[in-house]
Amino acid sequence: MELLPTVWFVAIAVLWTGYLFLEGFDLGVGMLMKLFARNNTDRRVLLNTIGPVWDGNEVWLLTAAGATFAAFPLWYASLFSALYLPLLIVLVALIFRAVAFEYRGKVDSPRWRTVWDWAIALGSFIAAFGIGAALALTTTGLPIDSNGDRQGGPFAWFSGYAVLGGFAVVAFALVHALAFLALKTDGEVRHRARRWFVWLAPLALLPLLAWMVAVQLLSGKPLTWILVILGVLAAAGAWVLARKGAEGKAFGALGAFLVCATASIFGAAFPVVIPSTLNPAFNLTISNASSSAYTLGLMSIVAAVGLPLVIAYQAWTYWVFRRRVSAAHIPAAHGFLPAIGAKVLVGHAAPGGPAAKRAPRDAGE
Amino acid sequence: MDALEIARWQFGITTVYHFMMVPLTIGLGLVVAVIQTLWYRTGKVEYLRMTKFWGKLFLINFIMGVATGIVQEFQFGMAWSEYSRFVGDVFGAPLALEALLAFFVESTFLGLWIFGWKQLRRGVHLACLWIAVIGSVFSAYFIIVANSWMQHPVGVTMVNGRPVMTDAWAVFTNNTAMVAVPHTLFGALAVAGAFLLGIAWYHLWRRRHDGIDTVGADGRAIAGEADIPGRDKADYKVWINSLRIGAVVAMISFAGTAITGDFQGKLMFEQQPMKMAAAEAACHDGTGFSVLSIGNLGSKNCNDIVAVIEVPGILSFLAKGDFNTEVKGVNSLLDEYKAKYGTHLPNNPLYGDRAGQEIQYVPVMEVTYWGFRMMIGFGGVAALAALLALWVTRKGMVPQSRWIMRLAVFGILAPFGANAAGWIFTEMGRQPFVVAPNPDASGVDQVFMFTAAAVSPGVSAVELITSLVVLASIYAVLLVVEVRLLVKYARGGVVSAMPELAEARYGGKKEKKDDDGGTPGAPGQPGDSDDVLAFAY
Repeated sequence: MELLPTVWFVAIAVLWTGYLFLEGFDLGVGMLMKLFARNNTDRRVLLNTIGPVWDGNEVWLLTAAGATFAAFPLWYASLFSALYLPLLIVLVALIFRAVAFEYRGKVDSPRWRTVWDWAIALGSFIAAFGIGAALALTTTGLPIDSNGDRQGGPFAWFSGYAVLGGFAVVAFALVHALAFLALKTDGEVRHRARRWFVWLAPLALLPLLAWMVAVQLLSGKPLTWILVILGVLAAAGAWVLARKGAEGKAFGALGAFLVCATASIFGAAFPVVIPSTLNPAFNLTISNASSSAYTLGLMSIVAAVGLPLVIAYQAWTYWVFRRRVSAAHIPAAHGFLPAIGAKVLVGHAAPGGPAAKRAPRDAGE
Repeated sequence: MDALEIARWQFGITTVYHFMMVPLTIGLGLVVAVIQTLWYRTGKVEYLRMTKFWGKLFLINFIMGVATGIVQEFQFGMAWSEYSRFVGDVFGAPLALEALLAFFVESTFLGLWIFGWKQLRRGVHLACLWIAVIGSVFSAYFIIVANSWMQHPVGVTMVNGRPVMTDAWAVFTNNTAMVAVPHTLFGALAVAGAFLLGIAWYHLWRRRHDGIDTVGADGRAIAGEADIPGRDKADYKVWINSLRIGAVVAMISFAGTAITGDFQGKLMFEQQPMKMAAAEAACHDGTGFSVLSIGNLGSKNCNDIVAVIEVPGILSFLAKGDFNTEVKGVNSLLDEYKAKYGTHLPNNPLYGDRAGQEIQYVPVMEVTYWGFRMMIGFGGVAALAALLALWVTRKGMVPQSRWIMRLAVFGILAPFGANAAGWIFTEMGRQPFVVAPNPDASGVDQVFMFTAAAVSPGVSAVELITSLVVLASIYAVLLVVEVRLLVKYARGGVVSAMPELAEARYGGKKEKKDDDGGTPGAPGQPGDSDDVLAFAY
């Protein structure tokens, strides 16, 4: 196998791992806005654990997609056009979710907040499901012809693997978020998150494990089977550690499980980037889908400098905001707006005026 | 409509929409960074308030740019897979680098800025904003490098029917990009300038209308104070400073767009002569600049277009820098293009139903002719208005007229219009090519692609119409939401971005307060130990 396409296959697997690890918990926290949070204060605790970082996390998705375009244009073109409608739904979910984070607190009304809470929860669910489905399909196969174009109509991509991959990422994101909340919050939310994690993890990690095994059955290699076994051990470790209350270590072990998962899945698929379900001769591989050595070389140099830098300053962000968030920290009001349109009495207090009546609103639910 | 038409409408709509948010993000980001620097250096309360107020509006807009930007990156592969396959070796790199080197920086450091008012020391906090803003400038650079390669492909050779990058330096210093980047950045600043000017005008007018500020016998403003949170003398300074900064930024950026636009125009006359001839609706060779042309601009044959008012020599000046050189018109260019690139699309299955059709080399001239003039017109009007505004407010006060205030507020839209018109002109003027041929005889003149060949062969018109309807409806709804929030927060004034001002005034001792209640000069120092974040959500 050529060296540079292999390097870039690994790089893209690393980018997807980074994406699933980081956005994994903020997608999960988004879903937990409706599943776990009991009141507005809980929801604001949840939001503020991911507030400073979710946008940076999402850039891993853009980088994974952009790197695929640059390093394997034929992979990018075939995958994205074959999955036209599902990716459209993912885009819609990501748009609403992003806007919801920012706009939720901007108007002080329970109805407004409820709308955006649903946007966050559903947006997170759909994005996680869609991205899981897309990754499952690129590792298990799509009906692409010799030009790499999808045959068989808008829904020809559908297979059981898509559903499996979708549930795998959704369920992983949920428990990953619970582990994250146990680590990042304090008080009642922290303890409840840990309890939920211990209950849910054994069940919720199964779909991802099933996807790992499914890819091994299709195209596994001895090394990638070993990764599956290591993954099971890491997942078990995460569960034991969470039970003991070692939140940081449990979160780390879950991360190790994810690394084993993506490594075993991409490792088993290697060197094929999209298997064709029509004819193995139409498979897109790292050789026939990649850019020129010149482009890959250029990208390698930039990534070798850029990616460690990204990891460093993102790690610094997490360090800056390392303190636990709890309900006690949440300020009472935001979305606070004074009545500037009111008639003003210069130089006098306006105790009975409309301004005084309208201004000091409380945001509490 | 066939798949190609729908895909083009979708790309046009999503891109123009995305590029309403982007210039405001870039321009306002730079302005807020400068204002926060002023606060850092002087400690003056009005600069803090300006930072918070304009920063709030910046964020409301920023998120829409983020959300709609993802669509841009995905739709090359989704709707234009054949284009992606053709150009991927050279076009993918700037997109990947944008994400890796610019967008990561922008989003991570902006998160630090939003939430780090208390965690970070003042200098570090300010540095985070500057880093994020510089990230957004780099982001613009990478995207324009990618776009410029479509306008003027360089640094490649053809291997097996596809362009392969051989000279990254040429791609990343493409002269088309080197003039388009400053042109775009000045265009972004023009948007920010008008934005500050319009909103600040409203608040000065409001203060005068409410009787807070008055005008002395010498015509100078006398700042007053009302017993309402945030409506004190410092508030006056917030708005008069914002107005003046906005007006100056608007004027400088118009001058900047004019100068860079002149360079760009001269390049385009060489690189895409048809685009510029179509910008003039100039059918025959000549030297005159058309002030008004009538007739059926849409007719492809050029015969029923009449230049009613024409200034001789100006077109030559725009194109070549003198008044005499004849500039080629559409008719003579048409023959050259036909001879060079063929009269009919190839009989290749990639072209689908369009295989073998006659190629229309003349862009839609209603769009290029009026797009070009709207770009210049909107930009010029905004700059002129900014100059007038500076003069009218020289004594520190805006007129009492409600209509002039409304004009100032709606003037915010002019630079948006100029930006949109400019992009629509340059993108539609490139048709029928998605990658325009580079006329330099440097071995790359065979690197071009017809838009008709670029669309995804495997994606049906039904899928495309679905996505067009879905995205356009969502964008419409979100535009309403964004504009209403911007209006709400802009009208609310500084207090809407600094609720602590109001809480101090009303002594609203509720629960734990997240800010420094009433000491607006002081935040930025790591505060009491219970403060975990400057809660933005």
